[in-house]
Amino acid sequence: VYPDDRVTAFVNEHFIPLRIHIKENPQGFERFGVQWTPTVIIADSSGTERYRFEGYLPVEEFLPQLEFGLGKVAFARSAWKEAEERFRHVAETYPKSDVASEALYWAGVSKYKQTLDPSALAETATALRSRYPDSVWTKKASVWEVPAPS
Amino acid sequence: MMPIAWKKDIDTAIEEAKLKRKALLLDFTAAPS
Repeated sequence: VYPDDRVTAFVNEHFIPLRIHIKENPQGFERFGVQWTPTVIIADSSGTERYRFEGYLPVEEFLPQLEFGLGKVAFARSAWKEAEERFRHVAETYPKSDVASEALYWAGVSKYKQTLDPSALAETATALRSRYPDSVWTKKASVWEVPAPS
Repeated sequence: MMPIAWKKDIDTAIEEAKLKRKALLLDFTAAPS
């Protein structure tokens, strides 16, 4: 996927890229507990892992995974607004990607973290049920739903 | 389009990431180079 111009541009803009080859640097595999290739890890600037995915992905899935990872990096440093923007951009730009429902979930969490307003979670649960009824993230968000008045 | 300038040394890449305040993308591969 890396020869794709969209991937190249995104990586060059947002990351310090590091390639670790099994034959050249098996210690690198051990250091990060990697047991299969390809594995992609997104880490913060101190090298702490924040997200990983394993196995080949086509560009249309790879790009949202990269941006989702940036959301996780922002979330881990409590940059709630940036995290929400990243996650929401993934969900809105790549709504059919496998990571979209998870991104929507974490966008809601990030908004709640900014505002401490529980309606952010309830709205997220409703949006997930509407857009991704079969997603595990919809199940996870179901506890946030406000019961309909009887 | 500038090709991706892959680093190979983990600790050097971390130092650069700290300086530039960027995230790290670690690509673990077994593909022939």
